Amino acid sequence: MKTILFLLLALPLSVFASTEVRLDPAPINVRDQESLQRGARVFVNYCLNCHSANYMRYNRMRDIGLTEAQIKDNLLFAADKPGDLMKVSMRPQEAKTWFGATPPDLTVITRARGADWVYTYLRGFYRDDSRPTGWNNTVFDKVGMPHVLHELQGHRVPVYRSEADHEGQWHQVIDHLELVKPGKMTGAEYDALVADLVNYLTWMGEPAKAQRMNIGLGVLLFLGVFFVLAFYLKKNFWKDVH
Amino acid sequence: MEKVINWLDARFPLTASFKAHLSEYYAPKNFNFWYYFGSLALLVLVIQIVSGIFLAMHYKPDGDMAFASVEYIMRDVPFGWLIRYMHSTGASAFFIVVYLHMFRGLLYGSYRQPRELIWIFGMLIYLMLMAEAFMGYLLPWGQMSFWGAQVIINLFAAVPFIGNDLSELIRGDFVVGDATLNRFFALHIVALPLVLVGLIAAHVIALHEVGSNNPDGIDIKKHKDPKTHLPLDGIPFHPYYTVKDILGVVVFLIVFTTIVFFAPDMGGYFLEANNFVPADPLKTPAHIAPVWYFTPYYAVLRAVPPMFGSQFPGVVAMGVAVMIFFALPWLDKSPVKSIRYRGPRYKIALALFVLAFLGLGWLGILPATTLYTWVARVLSVIYFAFFLLMPWYTRHDSHKKEPQRVTDQ
Repeated sequence: MKTILFLLLALPLSVFASTEVRLDPAPINVRDQESLQRGARVFVNYCLNCHSANYMRYNRMRDIGLTEAQIKDNLLFAADKPGDLMKVSMRPQEAKTWFGATPPDLTVITRARGADWVYTYLRGFYRDDSRPTGWNNTVFDKVGMPHVLHELQGHRVPVYRSEADHEGQWHQVIDHLELVKPGKMTGAEYDALVADLVNYLTWMGEPAKAQRMNIGLGVLLFLGVFFVLAFYLKKNFWKDVH
Repeated sequence: MEKVINWLDARFPLTASFKAHLSEYYAPKNFNFWYYFGSLALLVLVIQIVSGIFLAMHYKPDGDMAFASVEYIMRDVPFGWLIRYMHSTGASAFFIVVYLHMFRGLLYGSYRQPRELIWIFGMLIYLMLMAEAFMGYLLPWGQMSFWGAQVIINLFAAVPFIGNDLSELIRGDFVVGDATLNRFFALHIVALPLVLVGLIAAHVIALHEVGSNNPDGIDIKKHKDPKTHLPLDGIPFHPYYTVKDILGVVVFLIVFTTIVFFAPDMGGYFLEANNFVPADPLKTPAHIAPVWYFTPYYAVLRAVPPMFGSQFPGVVAMGVAVMIFFALPWLDKSPVKSIRYRGPRYKIALALFVLAFLGLGWLGILPATTLYTWVARVLSVIYFAFFLLMPWYTRHDSHKKEPQRVTDQ
C-alpha cells in the first residue's frame, strides 16, 4: 500500500517531462447550424460504428435545426427510435481484442481532451508499418485506432528532421507529413470536414451551452437592475449613520 | 397579523428571537468590505443545499451509473445543467468566501478573547467543509474523482499500525469502488450537511452572545448611551446590515452567475477536464491534482520528503497545516487586535503568510519538479513559522494605541 501511495505521489513528478505536441486551433463555431449538421452526418457515418455516444439522444439534434423526420431518415442507422441513446452494438470486450483498447465514448470527448486536440488528432494520422493497424498519429503515439477517414484524406508519411534536446542529444522528430497517395478530398476540404466533425463533437459535449449563455445574459441584466436598487436602498437606510 | 404573532409569541420566542438576532442585535457601525463574507457563506450554503437536493433527485450513486446519471442531469433533466453548474461552482465559491472570511479574522484579530469559541466553531465548519467537498467530488465518478479519492484515502494508509485498516474502513473495500461511492454519497448528502448546519448555528449563536468584532478591534460595549444602555458605535443588524448585505449578495451573485453561465469549467479549475472521462481503476491519469482549494495542503504534503520509507511525516505536516489554525487565539500575544494598530512585524508576517498560502496553492496544482519542491519547502517553512513564531513576534512588536471609539476609514 505504501508503495502505491508513493508511486501516486511521485507520478506527477515524472510524467510532465514528456514534450507536448503543438495543437492547431480548431476553427469551430457551435452556433453554425449547417456546419453542425454536416458534422453530425460525418459522426454518424464514420465514428458511430466503433465509438458510442452513450449519453446523447438522437432527437437532441433537433437543437441543431433538424426535424425528427430528418433525423429518422438520414441519421438513424443503429437505433430504432429518435429518442434512443447513441449506442453501438460492438461489444467492449471484442473491441479490446481488435484495437488493443476499447474505443472511448465520444459524448464528452471534447470536454475531456479539448476541441483543438481532437482537431489536430484527426488530421495527424500517418502510415507506420510497425503498427498492427498500419497507422500512427502525431498527437497520440501508438494509437490503437486506424485512420478511418483515410479514403478522404489519403495516405501520408512522416518526414523527419534531427533536433537536439536540452541535454544535447540528437533525436529524429517528425517535421511534417507528406502526401504519398491522394484521397478523395484536397487538404483544405479534409480540414473543413474535420472542423465540421469537431464542431459537432463540441456541441454534443454540452448541447445546453447556447441556452446557458442566452439565459445568462438575462440573469446578468436582472442583477444589474437589482444592483442599482440595492445600492440606493442601502444608501437611503444608511443616511442617518454617522 | 398582530393576533397571529401574539398567538405565536405566547408559544414560541418568535419576536424575541427576531429582536435578539436581528432588529436589536447591535453590530459595530464600521464594518468594511471584509465583513460581507460571513453572510455570503450562508448564502452559498443555501445554494448548495437547494441545488444539492435537486441533484440528488436525479443522481445515481452506483459505480456503473453515476457518470451516466450526471450526464443525464446535464442533458435530459430540465435545467439540470443549471443546478449542476450551480452546485459545482458553489463548491469553489464556498471555499473562496470562507478563505476570505478567515483572512478577515487574521486582519482584525476576530479570533481573540472573547471570541475563541467562535473561531473554534468556524474551524470545525472549515474541516467539515473540506470533508464535504472531498466526498462530493467523488460523486461524478470521473477519472479525477476516482484517482483524487484514491490518493487522499491512501494518505490514511500511511498512518503507522492502523493505516491499512483505517483506509479500508473509509473505502469499504480494498480499492475505491461502488461501496466507497455509496458511503460517500450518504455522508455527503445527509451526515455532513447535518453537522455543518449544527456547527453554523453554534458559530452564529456564539457570535451573538459576545458581539461582533470590527475593523478597529475594539469593544463597542465599553461606550454605551447612559440612558438607553445601547452601544454608541453600534447599529441594529436589521435593517442596517440586512440592506448592506443585500448589496453584497447582488455583487456576489453577479460574479457567481457569470461563472455559472459563461465559464462553468473556469478553465479546468472548477471542473477538471479529466473528470469528463469515466472512472477507470486500470488507467492512472498522468497528472493527479486535487481541486484548487486543497492544493496549498497538497503542496505541503509533497514538500515533506518520505522518512524511513514512509510518507507519514508528509501526511502529519499536511494535517498540522490545517489544524494549527485552531491554536491561533492562544498563539497571538499582541495587546491589540486589529492590523490597523499592530506593528510592522505582524504586518510582514501576515503578508508572508498570505504569499506562502497562495504560492503553495499554485504549486499544488503544478507537477512537482525538483525546483518546485524546493520552493514548496521554503513556503511551507514560512507557513508554519507564521504560527509557531507568533507568540514571539506579536509580543515584541511596536503597536499603536487603539482609539476609544471606532474610526471611519
